[in-house]
Amino acid sequence: MSLLHLVVLAPFLLAILIPFLYKKFRHIHTGWFVLGLPLVLFIYFLTFLPEISGGGAVQETVPWIPSLGIDFTVFVDGLGLLFALLITGIGTLVVLYSIYYIANKKDEPLNNFYVYLLMFMGAMLGVVLSDNLMVVYVFWETTSLASMLLIGYWFHKERSRYGAQKSMLITVFGGFSMLAGFTLLYVMTETFSIREIIAQTDVIASHELFLPAMLLILLGAFTKSAQFPFHIWLPDAMEAPTPVSAYLHSATMVKAGIYLVARMTPVFGGEPQWFWLLSGFGIFTLLWGSVSAVRQKDLKAILAFSTISQLGMIMTLLGLGSAAVHFDLANGETLYTTAILAAVFHLINHATFKGSLFMVVGIVDHETGTRDIRNLGGLMTLMPITATAALIGTFSMAGLPPFNGFLSKEMFFTGVLNATTLDLFNMQTWGLIFPVIAWIASIFTFAYCMIMFFKTFTGKHQPEKLKKQAHEAPMGMLIGPVILASLVVVFGLFPNVLSYSIIEPVMRSILPSLVSDGGEFYVNIYHWHGPNTELMMTIGVVIFGSLVYLNLKRWQEAAFFLKERDPLNWLYDNSLVWLIDGATWVNDLQLTGRLRDYMAYMFVFFAGFMAWGLFYFDAIAIDLENTAPISTYIFVLVAVLILATISIPFINHRITAIIVVGVIGFLLALLFVVFRAPDLALTQLLVETVMVVMFLLVFYHLPELKKESFKPTMKISNLAISIAVGVFASLTALSAHAFSYENPVDAISNYFIENAYTLAGGNNMVNVILVDFRGLDTLLEVLVLAIAALGIVVLVKYTAKGRENL
Amino acid sequence: MEIIMIIAVGVIFSVATYMLLTKSLLRVILGVMLLSHGAHLLFLTMSGLKQGAPPLLGEEAASYSDPLPQALILTAIVISFGVTAFLLVLAYRTYKVHQTDDLEKLRGTADE
Amino acid sequence: MNRQRLILHSMTKVVSFIILSFSIFLFFAGHNEPGGGFIGGLMTASALLLLYVSFDIQTIRRVIPFDYVKMIAVGLLLAIGTGLIGMLFGLPFLTQFDDYFQLPILGETHLATALPFDLGIYLVVIGVALLVILTIAEDDS
Repeated sequence: MSLLHLVVLAPFLLAILIPFLYKKFRHIHTGWFVLGLPLVLFIYFLTFLPEISGGGAVQETVPWIPSLGIDFTVFVDGLGLLFALLITGIGTLVVLYSIYYIANKKDEPLNNFYVYLLMFMGAMLGVVLSDNLMVVYVFWETTSLASMLLIGYWFHKERSRYGAQKSMLITVFGGFSMLAGFTLLYVMTETFSIREIIAQTDVIASHELFLPAMLLILLGAFTKSAQFPFHIWLPDAMEAPTPVSAYLHSATMVKAGIYLVARMTPVFGGEPQWFWLLSGFGIFTLLWGSVSAVRQKDLKAILAFSTISQLGMIMTLLGLGSAAVHFDLANGETLYTTAILAAVFHLINHATFKGSLFMVVGIVDHETGTRDIRNLGGLMTLMPITATAALIGTFSMAGLPPFNGFLSKEMFFTGVLNATTLDLFNMQTWGLIFPVIAWIASIFTFAYCMIMFFKTFTGKHQPEKLKKQAHEAPMGMLIGPVILASLVVVFGLFPNVLSYSIIEPVMRSILPSLVSDGGEFYVNIYHWHGPNTELMMTIGVVIFGSLVYLNLKRWQEAAFFLKERDPLNWLYDNSLVWLIDGATWVNDLQLTGRLRDYMAYMFVFFAGFMAWGLFYFDAIAIDLENTAPISTYIFVLVAVLILATISIPFINHRITAIIVVGVIGFLLALLFVVFRAPDLALTQLLVETVMVVMFLLVFYHLPELKKESFKPTMKISNLAISIAVGVFASLTALSAHAFSYENPVDAISNYFIENAYTLAGGNNMVNVILVDFRGLDTLLEVLVLAIAALGIVVLVKYTAKGRENL
Repeated sequence: MEIIMIIAVGVIFSVATYMLLTKSLLRVILGVMLLSHGAHLLFLTMSGLKQGAPPLLGEEAASYSDPLPQALILTAIVISFGVTAFLLVLAYRTYKVHQTDDLEKLRGTADE
Repeated sequence: MNRQRLILHSMTKVVSFIILSFSIFLFFAGHNEPGGGFIGGLMTASALLLLYVSFDIQTIRRVIPFDYVKMIAVGLLLAIGTGLIGMLFGLPFLTQFDDYFQLPILGETHLATALPFDLGIYLVVIGVALLVILTIAEDDS
């Protein structure tokens, strides 16, 4: 257990304390207790920067389930560190923001919120810092769980519950298939360690399970990172409180899929399937997200679709960049690694501008009471600081200079343009679609950015449509967006503060095979490349984007713009309904509520199973020789036993039935005497005595037995089942008896017979076994008795009062 | 001997099964009792009948009948005593609450 | 009526006393002869049951003021406690000991920790049997 492990687990440990702190210090906002942790962790992770930038990595291992090869290994390299810094850094700002955003109200238990948030933070750190795939999976599902709980934080709202369920179903489905993919990787490489798997890339590439494993893992990544067609959960996840949306659903959790893809690039990269799946789904998601965003009226919905489209963009870049793995060292290095560089850079940029935009939208929502762009407008003079942050955020997202979004958008264009020159994976024929789609999507991106900013902050202020008197937010709420917006500017003006400190190490993690020892990637980022194609494309985007925005009024009435909900939701909603209907149908078919049917299932299976065993192994045998001699006395006893048993179903008088069953019990006791089991005989006698008293007591209250009024078919099937059970039980017993003489085995009880006196000091072997050799069985047995007795007392004495029908 | 005993056990099992498939709660309980009787008898039979003295070292016999199945059956008898008692009281309560012991009428509805 | 009851009562007193003594004998005989905690407990329970059946519950409750729920608890604790002795010496749970001791009056006596364990079972069995029957009998709702 090293400090690093403690760091990963720290959020969980704090989460345990939160409810107590909440109870104890009611008047202090619980967020203040949480705030310190991500800040300390952020500073702690910053101390890793020098070593990681120098190309190093830190690893600490604690065995967890060593027999299965599952160790809790914390591994910090460039990629892990980048994500850890994002998680803790944005986490700090989000917690600070949430203190002002979520009021300390009675009906909104704050402790829940912060427990979930910490749970998420710890799980997310676990995902990005673990080297063992199983541990990654456990943390991965924990993030899904935390996300579900946070989306459903206002659980009294129907939409919240719907969104929470949807995100849970989709991401956990993806998580499961990812688990299957990890297992396949284990089958191929016999290790769960990512490091060791990467070392065996050539084994995996030629293995027949390569494709299934890749598809399953991608399914996990695509569901988590909201790629088409699994993106539908993200817009509904916007029901969460805005700090949560800013944190989980833009900056960190949805990037877990990106992380996974980046992590797996050394394993799967360089193969055409990986290349095409990632870039294909990515570019389509980019287009779909940006087009959908334009028609949204809710500010958060715009951001949700914009997040989807930006994630698609990063996914595309990772896909295109994976082609670089195909090449040897130094061959066309900068040409194709640009895509990876752009992906990493944009990942950081997206976290900064999208985080600040979410917080800005939260402020607008908080101070005006609405997020509908049709009701907003003219807020610039009322909320100048917020408006500035929003301006920086939206313009950066639109790809305008001098913000960081411009740089990564340019690099994105470079990446897709470079890809057209690729000489593999059929890119000669299909390559051109990437720049074209990317360009069209960018036009829509530009348009929704303009809509977001101008519809909210300029135009006519409409106070009558707002629920509150709009004014600037408190200081604490502004700190987060202002810091993030400043970062947008700083990274825009001085992008190279990032390049060798963090981007280069991240690229090393993603493309380890492309750097020789001591070598490094060339990652200088420039503002001005001269009047090249990329610049022309950007200028085109601005022109056409402005046209789209300016003509918005004309298009707004078109049917396309009126439908806000994604058409894919229809599929999701209906398949959920079908699933439930199908399950109900099967359920109704099987669970009839009749005890008789359940019993019949069991007995039919029981008889069938025995019959199958007997016939399949051809095991029916009867041994007439090795039997004990029959005495007339026993013969009579057994005959009476059989007769008494057969008579029972025909008795329609309760007392008679009890007495006959009692007689059978006493006959059994007699048989025990004959068969040399004195303890059994005594026990049986006494139990039977007590039982008869009990039966008489109870039956005194119970109604007279009625003649069974079954339908004839039912009666026949009952008879058939009973006879089958009896016959096959007998046949099994007979065969077992016969075989026990053919293949005699040493009875384990010889040990008890020999040692009863020497070890336990008793002559009665049965009793010695009960109290000594098998004492635990006896102890548990009396425990069962005691539980049954207490159950009876509760049943009789403590019946629920005030309920219907009682 | 064993064969006759096994047949007797088969009969007990058949009748017990038939009782368990009926509609009356009381018959079901009697069926459970019969089933456990049958199981105990079967167990004892399968361990071999009349193959030595009772498992008491005081007998000083050359061979004893197998003590382990006897210990297990003893445990089983006591457990089935507890379970039957519980079932019995459950039936008793059910009858008191619902005024019927007909399992057909005691069927739950779909939305319960 | 009264006369019959008189006969019943006096008979019960004698018979239940005999059964009780026999049950205690069975309990102690358990380790070497047929008997033991289960059998002894069940027999004691049936002796007490006889008393409950022939007299009424209130009368017997005054004579034997046991809380059977507590009896079950004490029995279980006794059985578990005996099992814990072995753990004190680093042996597995439920290790039993036995040895021969020279006692003042009884002479050489064989004592085993299996006895308190069996006593626990004895108490639980009595408690369960009587608790169940009395609970049903007293339910007059």
